Amino acid sequence: MAVDQETFVQLKDAISRFVRERLVPNEDRIENEDDIPAEILREMREIGLYGLSIPEEYGGIGLSMSQEAEIVFELGQTSLAFRSAVGTNIGIGSQGIVIDGTEEQKKYWLPKLAEGMTASFALTEPEVGSDAASVKTVAVRDGDDYLITGTKRYITNAVRAGVFTVMARSEPDKKGADGISSFIVPADTPGITLGKIDKKMGQRGTKTCDVIFDKCRVPASSIIGGKPGMGFRTAMKVLDRGRLHISALSCGMAERLIRDALAYAADRKQFGAPIVSFQLVQAMLADSRTEAMAAWALVRDSARKFDAREPTSMEAACCKLFATEMVGRVADRAVQIHGGAGYMAEYKVERFYRDVRLLRIYEGTTQIQQIVIARNMLKQLQG
Amino acid sequence: MKVLVAVKRVVDYNVKVRVKADGTGVDLANVKMSMNPFDEIGVEEAVRLKEAGKATEVIVVSIGPAQAQETLRTALAMGADRGILIKTDAEVQPLAVAKLLKAVCDAEQPGLVITGKQAIDDDSNQTGQMLAALWGRPQATFANKLFIEGDKAKVVREIDGGLQTVEIDLPAVLTTDLRLNEPRYASLPNIMKAKKKPIDEKTPESLGVDIASRLKVLKVAEPPKRVAGVKVPDVATLVQKLKTEAGVI
Repeated sequence: MAVDQETFVQLKDAISRFVRERLVPNEDRIENEDDIPAEILREMREIGLYGLSIPEEYGGIGLSMSQEAEIVFELGQTSLAFRSAVGTNIGIGSQGIVIDGTEEQKKYWLPKLAEGMTASFALTEPEVGSDAASVKTVAVRDGDDYLITGTKRYITNAVRAGVFTVMARSEPDKKGADGISSFIVPADTPGITLGKIDKKMGQRGTKTCDVIFDKCRVPASSIIGGKPGMGFRTAMKVLDRGRLHISALSCGMAERLIRDALAYAADRKQFGAPIVSFQLVQAMLADSRTEAMAAWALVRDSARKFDAREPTSMEAACCKLFATEMVGRVADRAVQIHGGAGYMAEYKVERFYRDVRLLRIYEGTTQIQQIVIARNMLKQLQG
Repeated sequence: MKVLVAVKRVVDYNVKVRVKADGTGVDLANVKMSMNPFDEIGVEEAVRLKEAGKATEVIVVSIGPAQAQETLRTALAMGADRGILIKTDAEVQPLAVAKLLKAVCDAEQPGLVITGKQAIDDDSNQTGQMLAALWGRPQATFANKLFIEGDKAKVVREIDGGLQTVEIDLPAVLTTDLRLNEPRYASLPNIMKAKKKPIDEKTPESLGVDIASRLKVLKVAEPPKRVAGVKVPDVATLVQKLKTEAGVI
C-alpha cells in the first residue's frame, strides 16, 4: 500500500500548507480554550486527515508507513492536540480493523473512519498500563452476544468517538494475552458512560477520560477478525506501526523546536551580540540538530523496512525509545536557549516542552521499549 | 457555459527569492514552485460557478515546462474538470501567453475566461487585457465580485478610488483581484481523484503560435536595502531635512 510519488508530493504540500495556514495560527486558541473548535475539526475532516492510513479501496488515502511518517512529521510542526484529534483514526483506533478485521468489518467501518468518524482505542485500565495482557474488563458470552463490563482509563478522543475498539477478556479459562478479544463497539451502545475530562500537564485540547462499560451488549460479530482470543496480538501489531508514527511525530516536533530556538537565538542580544554567536548556545543548537537528524534517519530507515515487510518490532521500539527521548532533550535545550522567556507561556517552547513529555510515556514507555529491544536481542542470540 | 482558467506555475509565495549572481534572472534551482495565488482565486471562482449551476465545465490551461502539469493537477484537485498543458521550455512573455490562450479560446469557445490579474513572479498584469484585445471580447479586470446574469456578467472591480461596477457581454475575459474569494484547500481525497482527470498536451507549434520574445531582459537586480529612519524633534527640523537631505522640497 502506497501512493505514487507524484501524487504524494501534492498530498504533502497540501497538508504542510494546511498546517502552516490553518493550524499554526490557531495554536494559542487551542491552548486557551483547551479544545479544538468545531470548525477546525470540520476542516481537518474535509481535507481528509482522518483517512491517511486507511486503504484507498475503503475510502482512505492508503499511505505507506514511510509516507505516513513524512505526513506525521508535518503534523509535528504544530500543537500536538491537532495530531491527537486525528491520531487515533490514523493509528490505534483504526489499524486493528485494517490489519486483522474481517472483510465485512472493513467494508462497514473503514469508509466511516476515513470520512472522519472518530475511532478511539480502549486498552488502558486503572490497573492495566504497561502490563497490557492483564486486562480486567470482561466480555461475558450471552447467546449470540457479549456483555462488556469494566473501566478504561485515559482514553484519547473518547468524547469525540463514534466507535471504540475495546480490549476485553472474553475467554475466562485462558489467562493472560490469549484470553483477550478486541471488540468494535459503537459509541452510542447502551451501557457506556464517560468519566470527567482529565486535567493534564500539557497537550491542552487533547481530550482524554475514563470510559465505563456496564453490561454493554455487542454481537459476537463485533470481535475484530471474528475470532476470540486474538485481541492482544492485534493490539501488538497496531502498536508496532503506532511506535513508528509517534517517532515520526517526535522528529517533526523537534524540527519546530529547533526552528523556534534558532530564530530566538538569532534575535536575542546579550553582551552586545546575538546569543547565537556564543559557542555555548551554538553547542546546544548543534546537539539538537544532530540528534534530530539521527532520529529521523532511523525512523525513515525503519519505516522503509516496515513497508518491505521485514520484521520491525525491535526497530520500532528503537525508534520510539530514541526519537521520544531525543525530542525531550531538544525541548529542554529550546527552553534553555530562550532563557527566562522560555519559562513564559508567551513563548511556544514552554508549551511544547510540556506537550512532548507525554511522547516518552504513551504507546509504550521508554522502559517498555528497552525491554522489547533487549528481548529481541536475546531472541537473536538464541537463534 | 464553459469556463477557461489560465494557471501559471510560479515560485511559491513563501520562498525568499534570490537574484542570480550574474543578474540574468532569479535563481530557480531547488526552489519550491506552486500555483500563482491569483490564478488559484480564478480556479476557485470557476468551480463556484459550476457548483452554482452557472458553468457546465471548468477547463484549466497552463503554459510551461512538463512540471506545469503539477499545477494543473492542483487545479483539478480543487474541482476543475480537465486540463490543457501547452508544453514549452522557452520563456513565454505575456503577449505570447495571450496568443496561445486565444488559440485555446478558438478551439474551446468558452463563455468566460478567467486569469489572475498578474503573476507573482514578473507582476506583468498584461495577459488578460491582451487576450481580450486579441479575442475581440470585453474585459473586466481586478474583479472583486462576479455575478453571471444570462449572457451578461456584472463585475465589481477594484480601482484606485474604490469599487466600480461594470456590466459586460459574455463571452468575456475576467482577471481576479485578491478579495474575489478565498480559495479552498485541495482535499486529499480530491487530490487522489484528480489523478484520473484528463490533461491534454499541446505545444505552441501545434497551435500555430509564434512565441518568440519581443522584450529583452537587460538586468535583474535586488531591490535596494531599506535603511533605518531617524526621529526628528519638531516640524522645523523635518522641513529642513526634507529640503537639504531628502531634496524633495
